[in-house]
Amino acid sequence: MSEVLVFVEHESGVPLETSQQALTLAAMLGEVCVVTVGGCQVGGVARRLSIDHPLLSDYAPEAIGEALTQLIRSESPTALLAAGTERGNEVMSHVGALLAFPVATNVTEVRPSGESWELTRIRWGGSLFEEAVLTAPVKLATVAPHSFAAAPAAEAVDAEPFIPELPDTLGRTRVVERVTISQGITLTTAPVVVSGGRGVGSPEGFEILEELAGLLGGAVGCSRVVTNNGWRPHSDQVGQTGTRVAPNLYVACGISGAIQHWVGMMASKNVLAINNDPEAPMVTKADYAVIGDLHSVLGAIVAEVKRRKTPS
Amino acid sequence: MRILVCVKRVPAPGARIVLTDDQRAVDARHLPFTVSPHEECAVEEAVRLKERNEGSVVVLTLGPGEAEEQLRYAVSVGADEAVLLSTDGSDWDPQATAAAIAQRTTELEESGGGFDLILFGNESADSAGYQVGIRVAHALSRPVISGIKGLDIEGGTVVARRETGAGFEVYHLPLPAVVAVKEGINLPRYPTLPSRLRAKKVEVATTRPEQAMGGLQMLRLTTPPEVASSTTILGQGAGAAPAVVDLFEKLGLL
Repeated sequence: MSEVLVFVEHESGVPLETSQQALTLAAMLGEVCVVTVGGCQVGGVARRLSIDHPLLSDYAPEAIGEALTQLIRSESPTALLAAGTERGNEVMSHVGALLAFPVATNVTEVRPSGESWELTRIRWGGSLFEEAVLTAPVKLATVAPHSFAAAPAAEAVDAEPFIPELPDTLGRTRVVERVTISQGITLTTAPVVVSGGRGVGSPEGFEILEELAGLLGGAVGCSRVVTNNGWRPHSDQVGQTGTRVAPNLYVACGISGAIQHWVGMMASKNVLAINNDPEAPMVTKADYAVIGDLHSVLGAIVAEVKRRKTPS
Repeated sequence: MRILVCVKRVPAPGARIVLTDDQRAVDARHLPFTVSPHEECAVEEAVRLKERNEGSVVVLTLGPGEAEEQLRYAVSVGADEAVLLSTDGSDWDPQATAAAIAQRTTELEESGGGFDLILFGNESADSAGYQVGIRVAHALSRPVISGIKGLDIEGGTVVARRETGAGFEVYHLPLPAVVAVKEGINLPRYPTLPSRLRAKKVEVATTRPEQAMGGLQMLRLTTPPEVASSTTILGQGAGAAPAVVDLFEKLGLL
């Protein structure tokens, strides 16, 4: 059976959920060989290769791209997959440029057809699909996040080392410094995101969203119009040009639900819309909705949460 | 400092997308078009760098003749020269797009001097291939970093910052370099009346590139099936609070 390499991203050895999803697609396409930089507890696959080089002591996209290219030349797999994350798309683009092969980003489906792949990939952040043919000696593709269930965890596989030959010059795009601004809960890891749109009305209007997020151990997000108005920093923006989130609960307050916002939070497990317009797209698409003025609704919710949290 | 910014003409965000009958394109007849959001910020960033470090900004696009509108917009917010790689408006895959841009860049450098910095948007709003900037960088043998939301020039170095969940990462690239930026790096300015008039008059240097063979061929576009609404209304106004908090409890959030 043909071998499919998967570049798996991990945090301190724990594979990212999005990489586990890429493994699910890979298992449909061939014998899976996981490729990691550094040690990673990943199992349920035939083989694992660990790329080992001093230049890769921190994230270095050009160097990883070169290393993966050398790995492809040595292993001759049928495909290399990665998660459609910022890093996955970046690293894969380097591999595509180095090999002069096409790269299909954010695929949701692959149908092998002879020497080619017919595939579906997302456009407009997920509001359109593109059906395309990928023709190349080695297929390079990234997997759209949340399109496949994550491969189940299994006992870790021992790694074979792979030592690439990397010129020192590739260190020119390695991370030289990391700055931590917020510790703890972030938009992408929060179990609850309380998000506000135009309807919040002002920067001060977000105080009640902050309070509810704090009570629920969540984070505050916002729509594009809010950052364009300068009410919140761009790092809070959820949507096609902001952050993609997938919390247990997404609370959309005064957000009409334009498709560019929807694609940034459609992977949420539950969506609660609070809006005074019962016809707003966010209300009609949400799982749950409250119709009314968001400030009075949120004020009442905060009071009710506090009441139930207080031991009687 | 000489800076090249590459932009793409796309339907305005928020516009309702309707496909053509042959499903090979978005029906453009009734749509407003704009510069793809990340690239609008790339133009602004180039103009700010020019204002801080002196120099000039060239804006380039590959697209149909109508994309002149986006080039003139970029000039109206501070770009100096406009370059159009004119196509019939059909879909060019990332390899073909990058090959044409790299070749034209080399010509522009031979005639007008090297670019210290080439800026791209991180990904286009429509096709989102994430790779044209990286392919151009490889074709020109220059370092490249993407996903950038902060940019400074210090001597011969680009200091670039990329957001992570909890803060940011810093990269130092030697010039000349290629950088793909994201929305949020700045808040783009609006054109003024005099700058609009200047933009109307600017000459757009137009060529018709050969389309290289790419390996990703689009067959058709489809729209996701409409999901029937099944919203549970928890109530009206403040009176809905107990039902909402019941939901929090059911989801294990309290």
